[in-house]
Amino acid sequence: MLSILIALPLLAGLACLFVKANGARWIALIATLIDLAIGVYLWGAYDPAGAQWQFVENVPLGGGIAWALGIDGIAMVLIMLSVFLMPICIGASWRAIDKRVPEYMAAFLLMEALMLGVFAAQDLFLFYVFFEGGLIPMYLIIGIWGGVERIKASYKFFLYTLFGSVLMLIAMIYMVVDAGTTSIPALMAHDFPVDVQKWLWLAFFASFAVKMPMWPVHTWLPDAHVQAPTAGSVILAGVLLKMGGYGFIRFSLPMFPEGSAMFVPLVFILSGIAVVYTSLVALVQRDMKKLIAYSSVAHMAFVTFGLFAMNRQGLEGAMIVMLSHGLVSGALFLCVGVIYDRLHTREIAQYGGLSNNMPGYALLFMLFTMASVGLPGTSGFVGEFLSLVGTYEASSWAAIVATTGIILGAAYMLYLYWRIAFGIARTEGAAAMKDLDMREWWLLAPIAAGVLWMGVYPESFLRPIRADIGRVLERVERTAPQGDAHLTKGKPQAAAAHGAEHGAEAAH
Amino acid sequence: MNQFAPILPEIILTVGAIVLMMVAAFGGRRSGGLVSWAAVAVLILATVALKGAPSNAGVIFGGLVSADLFGSFGKGVIFIASAVAIIAAHGWFERDAEHGPEYSVLVLLTALGGAVMVSATSLITLYIGLELLSLSSYVLASYRRSDERSAEAGLKYFVLGALASGILLYGISLLYGFTGTMNFPGIAAAFGREGVPSIGLLFGLVFVLAGVAFKVSAVPFHMWTPDVYEGAPTPVTAFFASAPKVAAMLLGVRLCIDALGPATDAWRQIVIFAALASVFLGAVAAYGQTNIKRLLAYSSINNVGFVLVGLAAGTPEGVSSVLFYLAVYVVMTLGAFLCVLWMRDENGQPVEDIAALSGLSQTRPGFAAALAVFMFSLAGIPPLFGFWPKLLVFRAAVDAGLIALAVAAIIGTVVGAYYYLRIVKVMYFDDAATPFARVRQPVQGALIFLAAIAVSPLGYLLIGPLQAISDKAAGSIF
Repeated sequence: MLSILIALPLLAGLACLFVKANGARWIALIATLIDLAIGVYLWGAYDPAGAQWQFVENVPLGGGIAWALGIDGIAMVLIMLSVFLMPICIGASWRAIDKRVPEYMAAFLLMEALMLGVFAAQDLFLFYVFFEGGLIPMYLIIGIWGGVERIKASYKFFLYTLFGSVLMLIAMIYMVVDAGTTSIPALMAHDFPVDVQKWLWLAFFASFAVKMPMWPVHTWLPDAHVQAPTAGSVILAGVLLKMGGYGFIRFSLPMFPEGSAMFVPLVFILSGIAVVYTSLVALVQRDMKKLIAYSSVAHMAFVTFGLFAMNRQGLEGAMIVMLSHGLVSGALFLCVGVIYDRLHTREIAQYGGLSNNMPGYALLFMLFTMASVGLPGTSGFVGEFLSLVGTYEASSWAAIVATTGIILGAAYMLYLYWRIAFGIARTEGAAAMKDLDMREWWLLAPIAAGVLWMGVYPESFLRPIRADIGRVLERVERTAPQGDAHLTKGKPQAAAAHGAEHGAEAAH
Repeated sequence: MNQFAPILPEIILTVGAIVLMMVAAFGGRRSGGLVSWAAVAVLILATVALKGAPSNAGVIFGGLVSADLFGSFGKGVIFIASAVAIIAAHGWFERDAEHGPEYSVLVLLTALGGAVMVSATSLITLYIGLELLSLSSYVLASYRRSDERSAEAGLKYFVLGALASGILLYGISLLYGFTGTMNFPGIAAAFGREGVPSIGLLFGLVFVLAGVAFKVSAVPFHMWTPDVYEGAPTPVTAFFASAPKVAAMLLGVRLCIDALGPATDAWRQIVIFAALASVFLGAVAAYGQTNIKRLLAYSSINNVGFVLVGLAAGTPEGVSSVLFYLAVYVVMTLGAFLCVLWMRDENGQPVEDIAALSGLSQTRPGFAAALAVFMFSLAGIPPLFGFWPKLLVFRAAVDAGLIALAVAAIIGTVVGAYYYLRIVKVMYFDDAATPFARVRQPVQGALIFLAAIAVSPLGYLLIGPLQAISDKAAGSIF
């Protein structure tokens, strides 16, 4: 089943190269919709109480690599997120991309196949192949269909992420030599020597921190987002960034629990800086896409906070933040794309008063803004709340710093919304823009539904991951940070004597 | 007769080369086409003849050569690469009046030299093979007599090559003088007896390795490579980048393992230095190149560095990774050069400027896609197959405890990725330049297609068989 899930977009991508623009669009849409259907089937057929790894396939290719696939709940929800966003991306590019459409659709479908492969791979090297392979289509998407500065952005994206990943490859080789297996489930149960763990952890961290991205290696992200076409930004923010978080929860935590514990302060400090610093940077942006890109960095810091709190609330919160951010930031980029298609500028100052002439748009944009801020009832609240609770248990100072991110997040998002939707239009072009058309409703409404669903009934998404979070916890529990904010039993005062004194006084 | 069975492939090549030389002498220029196809047939025949005795007869002729799977693996790669070089030239030279039949004969002789090199187990056989290969190569480099660049390339190659041969000979004489034998096992025994090698042996070892490093164009003996690659006619460059390189590299491997095995610590540091220097210089020096042949020359230096990483491990896994790497490298580099051969302007004149590739993806999408596949593969970016041999050499290095070497070399891949990306950028991101003239060469087109398929992700299906055979081949010299 997973092989079909991966092979289908691959074949469809090849087919796209041999047809004209419209044919390619339809092939891409149909293929991604079928993949979505398969994803829904997986979600339905996945048994949260069943085996850890389900839908397992294993075909050895010889020479120490196997076509080994299988998913647990964590991978399953992320695959769901990917297949859900893909048809939306294709829809978003329906008219916005008008040159070299077949190649564009092929690149996107290749991208989808590789992303799904990352989440489904159970062989260490197979994982690496998928993980790195994603660079090529994204490089082409940014470089060919991007904005003015696209070439610099594409290089920066490629070389940054490649540099992060190659160190991870050496660590992987070391692990395979040491443990004698390339199977990820087997490695997750392997105990590496403690002094080696810290090096392995650092090597993996180099890769995932760039991918995530964490401060200070986040600088490729704003460039890549600003230059990428809308759908490219959606998939970048929606899924590619999640690979970093997925890597932490799949590799760093269960494979190197001691190493992780050793570096918790590092992660907390970097995440704390990311939350405060990038939020402040987002506040002063004039370019909408850049603002949302910086907000992504800040939101991903909640993920790292939650993950490295190493407790149940933190881990579950981190997962929900990832899912929620995938939907919300994807939707926000789509919202930017909607008005960019009309006015061809991303500068915030060119807009204003859109709630007058685009009420439908203003409504949806409002919903996603609120979800990004973390308003209760939306997905953002659930994730951020859980991950903050988890962080608080690990370190109250970290939680205090992280919480400022919520306030700052509200500041920059509401400020953005105010400048775009309220007041009066600053340019004639902005005043004349038409409201969402049918296609755009179809793109945004499903995401809105998802955001509300996750906000109101997160149990649908927590149930499949609960058992797997538990398994990660079993590995990390022994090293989890103790925290400074536990309720402690106070010394019982000599209450009886006290009472007796009072009694005695009263008796007087 | 039976004692000649193990060298049947070499006999086929020798007889074939002599017969075709006669055909060429009597047939003149008109026989060019016939001779090249006949030469391809000879090479295929020789490849088929590798089966059986040539792969398992062991040491023969009083220890001069060894007919083992290691040699056969190398010969197979060399013969096939030579055949491709002949086919490539057949399409290329026919526009020029200069395509004579002697080109194919020279390639046959070079392949023969390479075949002798990879199975040599004596310093004398080694030198004979090397000289046969080198002399034929010098002539090939200056094959276009009327072209100044080609003549210059030939002369440069000859002068520097002669110097390298001299260094090698000097090293051989030192080794012979201090060990009293020409045979690899005898040399190994002498090194083994001494424990810490004497200064004379060390000098011999260094000189011999320097000579080999020149042939594989490892830094710091790489100077000739960009000039010769640029000046030589493109099919010859394609040939240089593949067959002779494989021959010299495998010769070096057999020498290091078989003859110098007990002195591994002595040569390992040399190999490590050459590996890292090649990886980084090959990566950095390619940045400013505007000529695609020079760029591919630096790419070949860069790739040799990675092969040397596998050799530095000095283990059966390391040698196996070297063999695996070379096999995949030859496919990638030949594919890339076949693409370069197709770069012609409207008048049919060959173009070598990278700028001429700009916007190729719009004018010739298939061509651009193939070249992009080769570039990403040479850079070692998964999911293309070029990634896997790189992984194998790093794995061998880590397995042998050379983690720092692996880390340094892998950082080199990132540095190198930049210039491969630049080619892709020029082809895909830039605006279209004047399109190339269409070439009608179905055979070459099919070869490019096959090579592109082999290094695409489908190549991973080959891992099983290729790994099995390279493991066996590596095992045969330990």
